[in-house]
Amino acid sequence: MDWVLFFAAIDRPMLFWYAIPLVIAFSLVYGATRDERIIPILDHAVRAAVWTTIFMLVVFAILYATSWLL
Amino acid sequence: MTDAVGYASDRDVGFLTQKVPSAVMTSPSQSVTAGRPQVDLRNPVLAAILAWLWPGAGHLYQRRYAKGWIFMAAILVTYFWGLFMGGGHVVYASFSKEDRRWQYFCQLGVGLPALPALVQTYRVFKLNKPPLFGDFMAPPHPVIPNFDDQLAEWHRTYHQFFELGTLYTMVAGLLNILAIYDAYAGPFIHQPSRAKKKEEDGQATTELEERTERERAKS
Repeated sequence: MDWVLFFAAIDRPMLFWYAIPLVIAFSLVYGATRDERIIPILDHAVRAAVWTTIFMLVVFAILYATSWLL
Repeated sequence: MTDAVGYASDRDVGFLTQKVPSAVMTSPSQSVTAGRPQVDLRNPVLAAILAWLWPGAGHLYQRRYAKGWIFMAAILVTYFWGLFMGGGHVVYASFSKEDRRWQYFCQLGVGLPALPALVQTYRVFKLNKPPLFGDFMAPPHPVIPNFDDQLAEWHRTYHQFFELGTLYTMVAGLLNILAIYDAYAGPFIHQPSRAKKKEEDGQATTELEERTERERAKS
């Protein structure tokens, strides 16, 4: 493995990763507004995280597909 | 809040108007009935104000500790991480024609942690004094063409992190609005459909009849 290339790759700003803390924070807050008990809150949070990620991926796919038309 | 016979009052229940004996309460502020929690919101207006001032504080006041810590951690970590990414410059209040910082209205949702920006703006624009703590949360200098453009300098220094920090702090402020509403009105729980509720009520009636029957047989 070429370590120079590897470190050059991880050194690049991966903006996508910055969405993860936002998804986690949003899911937890959203889940906490749905119930009072910890287990249902976490259940709602996981579902919200999955749906948010799917939504973002769909938007990404649409934008990526659209970019081919430009 | 409970009355003399130990029932949660209708006014305080918020999202459910059924009365529940306090004997089944799992904590001083919470009870569970038919699988749905019921919450004592104490003083909802005060709780909402506290929730705005410091994320999670309203829930701690209402003794809803788990949710209070969840809100506090999720919102404040997001806010301060965003502020850190932008070097403390992403939260500032500027209402001049050249730079209307509309993002600040979203960031203001986080309450006290965003208020120093207003103090800095007041000092700089009203009192014509230098900002406190260096440029922390201070508005950028007015642009002097070909000489001074501090906002552009911040963008140049922090690259994409200036935008990311702005986004993080805005999201934190907007999330706290959800928390404020939750402190004021209680959690949003889907009410069961009318048919399901009728079914549940019917089941409860049957259980009550069976219990009465058993007690009668015993006596």
